[in-house]
Amino acid sequence: MADNTVSITINGVTHEVEAGERLITAAENVGEHIPRFCHHDKLEPVGKCRMCLVEVEGPRGKALMTSCTMPVSDGMVVDTQSDVVKKAQEGILEFLLINHPLDCPVCDKGGECPLQDQAVAYGRGESRFIEEKRTYTKPMPVSDLVLLDRERCVLCDRCVRVADDIAGDPLIEFIERGSHVQINTFPNEPFSSYFSGNTVQACPVGALTSVDYRFKARPWDLESTRSVSLIDAMHSNVEIHTSRGKIVRVYGAENNSVNEGWLSDKDRFAFAAFSSGARVTTPLVRDGDTFNEVSWGEALELVSSKLGSFIGTEVGAIGGAHSTNEEAFALGKFVRSVIRSPHIDAQVGDGIDPHLAAAVVNRARIDDLDSAATILVWGPDIKETLPVLYLRVRKAVRNGATLVVASPYATGLDSIATHVVRYRAGSGAETLRKLGQGDGDHSAVAEALASGPIVALVGRSSLAEDPKLVEAVAAYAGALPDAKVLPLLARGNIFGALDMGLAPNLLPGRVSTEDESAVSELEYAWGPLPVDTGKDTMEMLEALADSDLRALILTGADPVRDCPDPELAARALDTAEFTVAFDAFITDSSARADVILPAAVWGEVEGTATNLEGRVQHLGRAIPPRGQSMSVASAIDSIGRLMGTELNAADWKVINREIAAVAPTYAGLTADFLTFEAGDEGAIAPLESDSQPLVHTPADVSVPVVTDRFTLHLVPSLYDDSVVVRNTEILAPLAGHAAVRMHPKDASSIAVTDGQMVHVGNLELPVVIDPDVVQRSVVLPRNLNETKNLAATGAIRVETVRGDA
Amino acid sequence: MTDKILTARMDAHPLDSHTLDRYLNTGGYEALRKAIREMTAEQITEEVKASNMRGRGGAGFPMGVKWGFLAPAEPRYLVVNCDESEPGTFNDRQLAERDPHQLLEGMIIASYALGVNHAFVYIRGEYPKVARRMQSAIDEARAAGYLGKSVIGSEFSLDVTVHMGGGAYICGEETALLNSLEGRRGEPRLKPPFPAVEGLYAKPTIVNNVESIANVPWITTNGGAAYAAIGPERSSGTKMVSISGHINKPGNYEIVLGMTWREFIYDIAGGIPDGKELKAWIPGGASAPWFVPSEHLDTLFTIDDVASNGSMLGAGAVIVMDETTNVVAAAHRLVRFFAHESCGQCTPCREGTSWLEAVLKRILDGNGQPSDVDLLLEISNGISPGLAWPPAMTTICPLGPSAVSPITSITRWFMPELEAMIAGSEVAVG
Repeated sequence: MADNTVSITINGVTHEVEAGERLITAAENVGEHIPRFCHHDKLEPVGKCRMCLVEVEGPRGKALMTSCTMPVSDGMVVDTQSDVVKKAQEGILEFLLINHPLDCPVCDKGGECPLQDQAVAYGRGESRFIEEKRTYTKPMPVSDLVLLDRERCVLCDRCVRVADDIAGDPLIEFIERGSHVQINTFPNEPFSSYFSGNTVQACPVGALTSVDYRFKARPWDLESTRSVSLIDAMHSNVEIHTSRGKIVRVYGAENNSVNEGWLSDKDRFAFAAFSSGARVTTPLVRDGDTFNEVSWGEALELVSSKLGSFIGTEVGAIGGAHSTNEEAFALGKFVRSVIRSPHIDAQVGDGIDPHLAAAVVNRARIDDLDSAATILVWGPDIKETLPVLYLRVRKAVRNGATLVVASPYATGLDSIATHVVRYRAGSGAETLRKLGQGDGDHSAVAEALASGPIVALVGRSSLAEDPKLVEAVAAYAGALPDAKVLPLLARGNIFGALDMGLAPNLLPGRVSTEDESAVSELEYAWGPLPVDTGKDTMEMLEALADSDLRALILTGADPVRDCPDPELAARALDTAEFTVAFDAFITDSSARADVILPAAVWGEVEGTATNLEGRVQHLGRAIPPRGQSMSVASAIDSIGRLMGTELNAADWKVINREIAAVAPTYAGLTADFLTFEAGDEGAIAPLESDSQPLVHTPADVSVPVVTDRFTLHLVPSLYDDSVVVRNTEILAPLAGHAAVRMHPKDASSIAVTDGQMVHVGNLELPVVIDPDVVQRSVVLPRNLNETKNLAATGAIRVETVRGDA
Repeated sequence: MTDKILTARMDAHPLDSHTLDRYLNTGGYEALRKAIREMTAEQITEEVKASNMRGRGGAGFPMGVKWGFLAPAEPRYLVVNCDESEPGTFNDRQLAERDPHQLLEGMIIASYALGVNHAFVYIRGEYPKVARRMQSAIDEARAAGYLGKSVIGSEFSLDVTVHMGGGAYICGEETALLNSLEGRRGEPRLKPPFPAVEGLYAKPTIVNNVESIANVPWITTNGGAAYAAIGPERSSGTKMVSISGHINKPGNYEIVLGMTWREFIYDIAGGIPDGKELKAWIPGGASAPWFVPSEHLDTLFTIDDVASNGSMLGAGAVIVMDETTNVVAAAHRLVRFFAHESCGQCTPCREGTSWLEAVLKRILDGNGQPSDVDLLLEISNGISPGLAWPPAMTTICPLGPSAVSPITSITRWFMPELEAMIAGSEVAVG
């Protein structure tokens, strides 16, 4: 018997099971299913439903015990099928059903309902309850996204535990008592949580439903496709549920290395944007101020002849973060080997050094957080940008990890942080130096960071932050004892795009463009590569505006909206002689293109994607591309052929094999490997550590201190004016209105009070006084309707609006 | 004379037994002086163990043994349970209202013995006068140096907080009480961990009943052996008993256990009014299975004799029913109470008790069905498999099984009456 196992007897058969496990789980693992409602693998046991009662032998004979609350112990003797157990389970089911409405034919849960299933398996088959059933007004909205039918509720406490323990949003509770107990929210405090949809999925009956799925489908009509969410760089695992060729629901799927089954509401609900009327579904060609619909043939002819008319180095390409690895690879191969331009990027001036993002030394895995003694978060507010990673940090803190948060403004993690280090943007380097020396105020933090294991989540806190500070923080964090670093970029498949070489200083497989032997190996496969130094997005935009570049390829990128200088981006696109945008929507950028090619999107394209820890996972194709949309790779394949080069990019599996062949970090990571070997967990690239060609050791660079005017922090929020949120009917109203958060002393220095209007740049916005904002800084949500055109220049004038009362 | 331990002072001085002055000039706080100046914490615990006093809250668990389970972590807490909400009990009220210093002195000595620096009294929401009296006593004791930073000049410090409940029966269950004290819903916790290991604010906590703690000064003064010598071996000491219902002399009695029920009901409590016949009585509060004269009048009134006859002494509440009682209506009234007071967290209690109530109501309304007897027993079985006492439970706490007691009592002793009522015939009562 191994040290960590104990021996228990279930129904006369002895099993070795893991010590400390709950009996219900141990029994499940050896094939003895015990019925349950309140038990949930990821939640603390409450023993409330009593469905999992079994008989356990004790000093005073057999006794009924709830197997969900009972840890296994050596020598435990359990009967899960005795007459007493059967009678008890039958009794519990009858109790649960007496007040449960028999509206299964119209209940969304009908057909996938644990209460239905267990009533068949363990119930007595008829009701002896002739009294009147409980009724409630139905449905009752508990939030903008979730509805509650109280009479269906079995009061299992799962939703409350998800909200309290997992999400940290204790906004739903039981009220009343006895047979009047019900779930409710507090008066005037709806269950507004970024994670509310998890309660719907956790509900074992049809009590909680999401507004978008209610009465939309029957479970037996659903087809399920396993995939990962591309809403952010976490790549939370999902099941995409489709009915008659439409995605109707997204459920969290369990991958304990990634999301443990949890999703953000954006992961869960934003699929609706892709079936909205805003989709571009046919190729469009500019005709003056409007677009004309054209055939694919016409559009491809036009694009290939236009692109062929420039010298390679006159063309730039900005790849978005929404493509699959295969699409990103196809774009990179096309730009570098057919166009022969080095000007390619996937970040839009809002990111960090691609070498740091793709190949930081001692890169952490998400599940390293579970065993970290101390977690350092120095970067953006991950509750807004990577909400499911936020859940993982929360879990670690609940289990005892020390959390240090360094940020120039209040973040969603502050309330659970052990230490919050607040600094003014521009003085981050100074703060870092003090931390390193354990100076005065920072001695407690320095102490927390003195012993490992440490996981540091490092990124750029806002566009006002010098990207070089990120490098310095990563260098500091990487040198801490037993430390690992997880780079914080948030956009969908940004890490996949970088790994596929969509950066001016990277080739596929985390190869530096400086690495001459690697370059010549790739040239052996692709032919000669451009020799010039590549421009990044901001350099490309400047060059376009100055007519040094003449043409631009966009694949899902929207620099006019996303780059720090929207005015420059608009001018660049307006000046460009030719712009082709592969996009699913008319965005601020694609609206300025000459040709828009309708791109197939998430759920419509099969392939692979790479998340922030470097995990490569399979992306499922649940439905065909909408209208005439086509995967970016297929379109590029056609353009390549029209330009005289066979790219072999039409079939994702062919590209995938080429990636495994030419991108060293991806050696062995084929589609077949992912399907047949790695399974649902996916696999971290590289499989073999000697196939990692580039290991980036962050440099401890000096960063200048900024002191003039107010520092403007344009910070991301989960619900913003992005195309995905804007076109998801139920999420769009959740995007807030912009307000300027500033420190009380700064407010009094310019004589404004809470709620008064101020000028910020050329905007006029209300002030929110917030002592958590560092002095001489203002915080504004980025990419809301009001702030979408605001340049993130780092410093800005904030003035009282004249004549404002 | 030892037959009155707890009520001697209030009997002798009915007008001012609650004041500090009266307490002091009747020997008050001498036990505390002895405890702190002459005894170690361990010695006090040993005396309490030697007293064999079984907890007066209802479960009858020896108090000294419970104290021995207190885990070493700090801080630790003492919580006195004055939620007294079992229908039929009203003796804690009298003890706390009329001799609050006796209770407080017991708390201070217990806290000293247990290494507690913050103790709580959780008082039933319907007892505002008790809360006022306790708070006055605490204020007086603090001013006189019996509480606070340095108790009677010693190193020992103690604060006592009075907390009033919101009027829920379930908060008399010790873990629901702790949840309520913490500001959470009054729902019993899963055990283990027991409060002695993880109680209030997840710290080691002793929860004792008012009457148990009120005995501590006497035990400290006179020794555990002297206490153990009173009454039968396994029901030692005196017991406060509340008797109510159809009885000539209702009220609280401090008695030495060991007499027969006939002696208690007829000799001490004066028998049944108007010469009526005794029909049944509940020996230990609304939760307890009933006793009937044909079987139990000569049963001994001790913890163990009541238990071996399938009921319990509980917190010492006797409810007497005479021959005019409609036992189905009485059972309904009791079940309705438990259904109303169920916290609702676990399925069998939440659904089962209200279902039992509904069926009994239907029978009382003249809509009974022949199958209802079996149904009542089946529902009861779903809450308390086997219908034995002490009960097996499918529930988290014993509230659900408590609602079963009236059902098993009427089906065991009064089946003809129940069947007649279901059949709709005139019921022969009175």
